[in-house]
Amino acid sequence: MLAVVATPTTTWYLLLAALLFSIGVVGVLVRRNPLVMFMCIELMLNAVNLSFVALAKKLGDIGGQTTVFFVMVVAAAEVVVGLGIIVSILRRRPTATADDIAELKG
Amino acid sequence: MQLFVFICAAVMILIGAVGVIVRSHPVHAALSLILTLFGVAVLFVAQDAHFLAAVQVIVYAGAIVVLFLFVIMLLGVDKAESLRIDPVKVQRPLAAIVGIGLAGLLAAAIVQGRDTLARRGTGIDTADGGVHDSNIRQLANDLFSNHVFAFEITSVLLVIAVVGTVLLARRPRHSGASHTEAGTDTKASVK
Repeated sequence: MLAVVATPTTTWYLLLAALLFSIGVVGVLVRRNPLVMFMCIELMLNAVNLSFVALAKKLGDIGGQTTVFFVMVVAAAEVVVGLGIIVSILRRRPTATADDIAELKG
Repeated sequence: MQLFVFICAAVMILIGAVGVIVRSHPVHAALSLILTLFGVAVLFVAQDAHFLAAVQVIVYAGAIVVLFLFVIMLLGVDKAESLRIDPVKVQRPLAAIVGIGLAGLLAAAIVQGRDTLARRGTGIDTADGGVHDSNIRQLANDLFSNHVFAFEITSVLLVIAVVGTVLLARRPRHSGASHTEAGTDTKASVK
């Protein structure tokens, strides 16, 4: 039994990333609070980062890690802008869910 | 040992991710997100991405989640959302079908293509060779030689994001700033 379970291979990491991505997708589809939807987008970004790092190790290419670095920077900028928009919407309507935000006026 | 680390980190990641979408309180969801982010950082270390693991903890768990918590507390939206009511009747079954289907398709593609992954680069440097910061060196060499233009553009992106957010979050001066202040004050006193 212990001989069968060797060290975790890249496939395991990719499967875990796929599962994490799917959970993030379900979260965006199910939740109505815009903040929690944002967190689910972060989950999906992390899943992709995880598969990038696993493939960088497997393929022996540092470019995967460089891409993850850029993804993190863009995710930080995206969160800042997105939370700014959410703040300006929720300041007017504190109980707004994603269903109520149907027009582009904050 | 590697298997043990992988299983522990995977359990952390999955519990945190399920917690984000299941917990009705936004603060609890943010704290579950921290659990997931730490699990991903552990797996980064296990895959020889030491610098990215540090950046993951500092930027994601340190900055982004704190920003989420600030917004939650600043706006006073930290009350539990009722998850019992289903606004659209078929939304949750459809979302479950989409999630399971997506996971199945991705898993099938991964398992099918697992033999096509062939080593093609020069390899990831590890700290075994005596140079303790070899991962940072290798990453910096790639970043500042092959991707230096993208790195410069990133600074422009960050400046644009900061300026745009200041513009978005600023209170409008002409349309009665005192009005907004009064509204915020009454809300705070009610709470």
